Amino acid sequence: MAVLTEEQSMLRDAAKSWVQEKSPVTAFRKMRDSGAELGYDVAAWNEMAEMGWAGVIIPEEYGGSNFGYLSLGLVLEELGRTLTASPLIASGLGAASALILGGSDAQKGEWLPKIADGSAVGALAVDEGPHHRPEKVETTVSGGKLNGKKTFVLEGMAANVFVVSAKDGGKIELYLVKADAPGVTRQKLNLADSRGAANVTFENVAVSDADKLSGGADLLEKTLDRARAGVAAEMLGASLQAFDITLDYLKTRVQFGQVIGSFQALQHRAAKMFTELELSRSAVEAALTAIDNNAPDVPELVSLAKAKMGDTFHLVSNEMVQMHGGIGMTDAHDAGFYLKRARACEAAFGNQAYHRDRFAKINGY
Amino acid sequence: MADFGGGDLEAFRSEVRSWVEANFPASLKGKPNPMAGEGRGDPLTPDQDAWRRAVGEKGWGTPTWPAAYGGGGLNGAQARVIQGEFARAGAYNPIGGMGVMMFGPTLLEYGTEAQKQEHIPPIVRGELQWCQGFSEPGAGSDLAALQTKAEDKGDHFLINGQKVWTSGAQYADWCFCLVRTDPAKKHEGISFVLIDMNQPGVEVRPILLINGLAPFCETFFTDARAEKKNLVGPLNGGWTIAKRLLQHERSGISGMGGGGMGGPSLVDLAKKYVGVDEQGRIADPDLRMRVIRNTMETKAFQQTAFRVMAESKGNSGPSAATSIMKNAGTWLAQERHELTLEIMGHQGLGWEGDDFDRYELETVRAWLYGKAFTIFGGSQEVQSNIVSKRILGLPDLTQAK
Repeated sequence: MAVLTEEQSMLRDAAKSWVQEKSPVTAFRKMRDSGAELGYDVAAWNEMAEMGWAGVIIPEEYGGSNFGYLSLGLVLEELGRTLTASPLIASGLGAASALILGGSDAQKGEWLPKIADGSAVGALAVDEGPHHRPEKVETTVSGGKLNGKKTFVLEGMAANVFVVSAKDGGKIELYLVKADAPGVTRQKLNLADSRGAANVTFENVAVSDADKLSGGADLLEKTLDRARAGVAAEMLGASLQAFDITLDYLKTRVQFGQVIGSFQALQHRAAKMFTELELSRSAVEAALTAIDNNAPDVPELVSLAKAKMGDTFHLVSNEMVQMHGGIGMTDAHDAGFYLKRARACEAAFGNQAYHRDRFAKINGY
Repeated sequence: MADFGGGDLEAFRSEVRSWVEANFPASLKGKPNPMAGEGRGDPLTPDQDAWRRAVGEKGWGTPTWPAAYGGGGLNGAQARVIQGEFARAGAYNPIGGMGVMMFGPTLLEYGTEAQKQEHIPPIVRGELQWCQGFSEPGAGSDLAALQTKAEDKGDHFLINGQKVWTSGAQYADWCFCLVRTDPAKKHEGISFVLIDMNQPGVEVRPILLINGLAPFCETFFTDARAEKKNLVGPLNGGWTIAKRLLQHERSGISGMGGGGMGGPSLVDLAKKYVGVDEQGRIADPDLRMRVIRNTMETKAFQQTAFRVMAESKGNSGPSAATSIMKNAGTWLAQERHELTLEIMGHQGLGWEGDDFDRYELETVRAWLYGKAFTIFGGSQEVQSNIVSKRILGLPDLTQAK
């Protein structure tokens, strides 16, 4: 755990107790079973917004608390522990970052206060296929019309506004597009992890310079890096909880007349997971801290965090099922939720292979 | 870290810089420490000896040790300044070895005032070398099974037995040694004594290893003496001290994962020996991915070492995380050895001769020696046991019903 300020400790403790009281995994299960249209519990999201979590990175003049990315990461880590589904990453982190970094005063004034108080949800519409390839954009803006199709948009059904990447005169630009603008249609995707996602089609949607964020491809990368670091923080929390649940099981499940956690074959695998979790925490906290410090090596550190965290969550979620044995295969047990969330998070904003390749390219090999 | 700094530290930096300029012999620039590695038994040249004396006098080879025993009496930030200035001048730290890495910190914590006054200053000045008498032929991972016997003879102990893997015993003046003082008990029958290696009852035989070198020895004690005043801690209370010392040893070993062997990076080696494609990527995609993985993992390891340091600031001694660090660091170092060898191809397998450059020859030896990393100082299996039992709280195996 990074050395925290008093404000950060209070924020983390508040998130921890809210999550335990109001949002245990049973809440996620209830949401899944209810087939919630948006992929999250709206009442819970409103409570989160009331506590100010949607505005952690947003400047005070726009209704946020300006606590920074490490602080938001602490909240996401706690939420990740119980797989709490909410638009916090898409909206309070992703869309908010794009606006903070590239928005005009008018754009910020219109959207940031609503994102901070949870009354509006923003989402990043940046992928156009099954893999995260943000540099490959076929969506275009030409003659004031935006055309294209974006896939796997996180919180795409809930969004009031999309941050859309499009080629404009051959260059990548980001546009703000309202979800209710004429020509926007969305199709809900039912994914294994039960979170809200949609494919969004833009057909001759009218856009002007007033809708354009400034910064182009560079803004896109900066925004994505912030979203990636936040996803990694959520993955850290989820991995830690998956590991804790598994460790408890190793200490209680009896076979051959003793608890299975006394078997060295399992102990050493547990020790390996613990080691990977410690290394992953360092990488995630270093990435978030670098963002707060506006450090030049943010892209490299974020790719390290996302790749490392992806490997670790992958390992821990598989071991969770394996070490639980048959019970881990049942829908009644939570192991499956962690396994599904792991793969969804791994794929989000670039999987391990993507980020390893990116890390090398950044460093010239 | 932003918590140190300011003018005082900058003033200290210029003090160190001018001192190094005045005292470091130009002939030693960029040279390795002659007290480390092979040939450390050779007499020092006048320049080497002068540098050792100068640093020892200042206590800057052990900057954070108390000034009362000749140490630098400095804080961590000042110690890093010294390290940085030495590196800037191409100067090695001439004060090192097991006395500095393991025994000194342990004695400072557990020794009596008289013991500290006697044994710490010669370590600080680099005058005396220490070796470690822990493992025995029948006590490796199960270290507490050790049998070297110490009999109470009034003013001294009479020592009989055999130690193994005593690195540097052939050059050592003293041995910090675990001995059995109560045969009826296991862990509670072990004491920690200091034995003068320059006496008739001590015989040392180097052991040739797979890398062609002999950094370790067998050490035989036949009616050797250890004075009573050289018992550290209580009689039969040596195990606690041994565990502490092993923490220091492991944190030293795990450091190898972060820094590495020095020399060129895996990426630079791969570019040189394997080449790059038209996009500048390492030409072999499979190798490239494994180089990337090791490089990224190494970075995460360094971030963790930094985090552990930041979190434990104010505490004395290494934190529990050192147990994780030893395994993580040594796996990475071994993997890096393997990758280096693979990158060099046949050229990385040269044993000796002019057909191979110095780094190629060092690589093959380092690769082989590196296999010891996951064995000594607590094998990776012992480390995993420690993590699973002490940190994760997993229970011991009981007899199956």
